[in-house]
Amino acid sequence: MKKMCKKVVSLLLAAVMVLAMTAFASVVYAADGDSVEVDPNFKMGVILVGDETEGYSAAHIAGVKEAASELGLDDSQIIWKYKVPEDSSCYDAAIDLVGQGCSLVIGNSYGHQTYLVQVAQEYPDVTFVSMTGDFAAISGCENFKNAFTNIYESRYVSGVVAGLKLKEIMDDGTLTADTQPDSFDADGNVKIGYVGAFSYAEVVSGYTAFYLGVKSVVPNTVMEVKYTNSWFDIDKEGAAAEALIANGCVIIGQHADSTGAPAATQKLHDDGKICYSVGYNIDMLETAPTAALTSATNNWAVYYKHAIATVMGGGDLEQDWSAGYNDDAVGITELGESCAEGTADYVADVESKLKDGSLQVFDTSTFTVGGEEVTSAPVDLSFMDYTTDPATVVYQGETVEAIEDGHFAESTFRSAPYFTLRIDGITEDADAVE
Amino acid sequence: MSDIKTKEPLIRIIKRDRASFGYKVWVRAAAIILALIVDAVFIYSVTGLNPLAVYGVMFNGTFMTSIRFSWAMRDLVTLLCIGIALAPAFKMRFWNIGAEGQVLMGGLATALVMVKCGASLPTPVLFLVMFLTSVIAGGLWGFIPAVFKAYWNTNETLFTLMMNYVATSIVACMTNILRGKASSLGKLNMSTQVGWFPQFLGQRYNINILIVVILMFVMFFYLKYSKQGYEITVVGESENTARYAGINVKWVTIRTMIISGAICGLVGFLIVAGRDQTISTTSAGGNGFTAIIVAWLAKFNTFYMALISFLLIFLSKGAAEIASAYSLNDYAASIIEGVILFFILGSEFFINYKMIFRGSKKEVH
Repeated sequence: MKKMCKKVVSLLLAAVMVLAMTAFASVVYAADGDSVEVDPNFKMGVILVGDETEGYSAAHIAGVKEAASELGLDDSQIIWKYKVPEDSSCYDAAIDLVGQGCSLVIGNSYGHQTYLVQVAQEYPDVTFVSMTGDFAAISGCENFKNAFTNIYESRYVSGVVAGLKLKEIMDDGTLTADTQPDSFDADGNVKIGYVGAFSYAEVVSGYTAFYLGVKSVVPNTVMEVKYTNSWFDIDKEGAAAEALIANGCVIIGQHADSTGAPAATQKLHDDGKICYSVGYNIDMLETAPTAALTSATNNWAVYYKHAIATVMGGGDLEQDWSAGYNDDAVGITELGESCAEGTADYVADVESKLKDGSLQVFDTSTFTVGGEEVTSAPVDLSFMDYTTDPATVVYQGETVEAIEDGHFAESTFRSAPYFTLRIDGITEDADAVE
Repeated sequence: MSDIKTKEPLIRIIKRDRASFGYKVWVRAAAIILALIVDAVFIYSVTGLNPLAVYGVMFNGTFMTSIRFSWAMRDLVTLLCIGIALAPAFKMRFWNIGAEGQVLMGGLATALVMVKCGASLPTPVLFLVMFLTSVIAGGLWGFIPAVFKAYWNTNETLFTLMMNYVATSIVACMTNILRGKASSLGKLNMSTQVGWFPQFLGQRYNINILIVVILMFVMFFYLKYSKQGYEITVVGESENTARYAGINVKWVTIRTMIISGAICGLVGFLIVAGRDQTISTTSAGGNGFTAIIVAWLAKFNTFYMALISFLLIFLSKGAAEIASAYSLNDYAASIIEGVILFFILGSEFFINYKMIFRGSKKEVH
């Protein structure tokens, strides 16, 4: 009996020791499969253009926190810099983070990159990442990195969701040339709309993907794009949505950061208009319970986990990182109650095709430019300074051929989007909304 | 005549002629201690953090590393230089609320010269042209409201304030044109670094510090010992006296505002060439308004201005550090900063005035 007791006690002790050891030296796995031990001396700095009250930065904060907790990082190992504008205060913030011992410094806004690269040159031992930036690979600065998700994939899927809804209401007779005549053009195409921030490649790539998603379900679709010239402006985005709906648009997609467009769509939806909204970044169901179908989102945690694990493990990050559905780096939010029946299954099928590569978003057989199929699309990857006349090259990049294997290869030559073709069926309004 | 008995009020406030140095120090120290106590109560009741630890973090904002201290000095001279620019105008009782706009115009002129002439002019000439255009642009922004004030007696507070908005809009428009197809302006002349101040003792902005320190002495002597400085004082005290003494009030007003605006323009030059290497609507960063407090609290003594600038920069760096270290919303940190400022400004009342309580034995004649 006594022996038995001893045995139990020793077993228990051994169990406790094992648990204690795993608790003190938790081993985690990086995305590439290598195990990484949490280094208690590791520190990272995060430079944010906003704070938790602003959707874009909130998504990044959530991503870093999720990655850190999965890796077992302590809160004290992350130093936050909130509301850092895209000016020299970004330079100061980065230097300060290095001074506090950070070996990984991340800036979440595009305009942070010109300041981060400068600090990167001064501190070659520290890794700097400019999220959504576009010149890391050509900067010649090896410790300076860029990362961007393949958000165009989830925009395509959100377009499919919208297309299914469109098909449903057209098939059941809710939306016809009789019930809402404005919604069809002279050729009988159904109209959809898109609220865009600026006419940059990132937005063009996104709205084209969205349009192609809709078109994959409802081929006879045309889209109108209205710009707000702002990343975040509730009033302008609302006004743009209202104007588009007044022009007959049935679906309102968006690439702008506020809830303005879904809110305006919900209001008109309640007034009896046939219109639905597809959001961005966050679930819009709270803002537009019956008008919102879904939103395209980024899952930044995927990259942050990879970046932290790599740098902490002493590895070198790739200069351009981009990933989409295959790494769960992008997705769509919960489907709204208004979505067409069978949407979930249909979407799951599209997502699996995107994952295995059998479906390409920018398949050249699905769109035309000037009535012709696109066979060549040279893209100049140089980073230009437009203040001088003529514009001067800051970092010289290659000019690459983006069309390969029958599709436009987006985000493969660099992480930031470069799709700027204006395809048939989409019209951009000349004037931004006031 | 009937003997009217007036009831003595509980508290009478009378102006103090001249407080002794010791008394001033005592009042200000008491104000800061009181402010820290109020802040401690606020910190503990709202955030539950240990106030002493928070004050320690606040101290870190300026003093944790040598680079932080050097940034504090860099930001201090920006604020101080605007204070120096405002001093002659305020001493003349000309309420120049337009420093923000004058700085922006100077900065914009610098940026445009940098970009447009950067490739064609040799460096020393380029710096000279940048300097001159910035001073002219800032001076012009001071000259316009001064002329209207001198000849048509317009309200200079509103006029200079409105000029800020005009300047901000011009800068917004120009930065939009300059950035072209890029989504943000970034650093100017990034590939050539033309028009950037050279490194001096390790930092470009050390040139800013040097220039402002020199200006601090120059302005002190200008206001205190020069004939023009005396004229400014007389016009400020009483325009009629000035006229009687044969001072051309219109000219002094215009001349002083050109100087005030020109120094603000110079600040724009220092910000663009020495600190930021770019221009935006936030380049002046509200310093144009904060500098009013600096100039007033220091009674236009440029050396006191440096002290007060230091205090303000210390507070704002500390507040930012608190926000970062405790993941607090930066509004909470701003409240801490605001309370301290409130007490310091409030203490001026006790330095300038004396309160006499009813029944007090002390007679004041």
